[in-house]
Amino acid sequence: MKIRRDIFQAIADPTRRAILTLVATHAMTPGAIADSFDSSRQTISKHIQILTECQLLTQELSGREIYYHFNPNKMKEVAEWLMPFAKMWDVRFNKLESIMKNHQSNKK
Amino acid sequence: MPLKTHINAEDGRQDMRITRDFDLPVELLFRAYAEPDLVAQWMGTNVLKLENKQHGGYQFETSDPQGNVVFRAHGVVHEFRTNEKIIRTFEMENTPFPAQLEFLEFEKRTDDTSRLTMHVIYRSPEDRDQILKLTFAQGINMAHNRLQDTLGKLK
Repeated sequence: MKIRRDIFQAIADPTRRAILTLVATHAMTPGAIADSFDSSRQTISKHIQILTECQLLTQELSGREIYYHFNPNKMKEVAEWLMPFAKMWDVRFNKLESIMKNHQSNKK
Repeated sequence: MPLKTHINAEDGRQDMRITRDFDLPVELLFRAYAEPDLVAQWMGTNVLKLENKQHGGYQFETSDPQGNVVFRAHGVVHEFRTNEKIIRTFEMENTPFPAQLEFLEFEKRTDDTSRLTMHVIYRSPEDRDQILKLTFAQGINMAHNRLQDTLGKLK
């Protein structure tokens, strides 16, 4: 379980979660990622390194630039990665259910 | 608490099924989709237009407390059969995500319970996974505590 704990430590940090959120929308260069934060390039670079080591980010060389991609496959190994999507719908449907239950009892 | 919503999204496919059982008669479940004020309440959005009929269309808009529009979506209705099914398209405005096709089926289970199945078809497997990735990333923060629980059990 060593690797799994490493992934957990990786996403336990708010800056690293923010980096994942950024990169999940589109692949980015380390420079572009660093520009999105107030922290020093060195600090962000360290975060990227940790995320890459546990394979949450993957590198792709394009010309002379390195692009980082978000790798959800890695998360599948840790926990069901569809979970947040299911959770989003579940919250919505719970709301629907409670609103309609109230609606029903008001009518009675 | 286990989720009551089940997602089935197989690898490499461009569709998914969202299934949910409700403690509601199917008539009430369907009304939550049919009446604009009810849709607005549970979706947490303004309903600008909701023409629930063949060739009809709908439009949703959500603003933040400062009044800035943060979400707009619209679609057209292909089929609308009360207490049975809705076939429609859905497209988020000002995003790179293409339109998707949705088949919503409403089923009576007992007098007081019902099931909704949403079969959503995306333009490509990549488009489907892109939506899931985005939600995943947004969900990382809120899923964080739950992950911690899950990982705790794995140790």
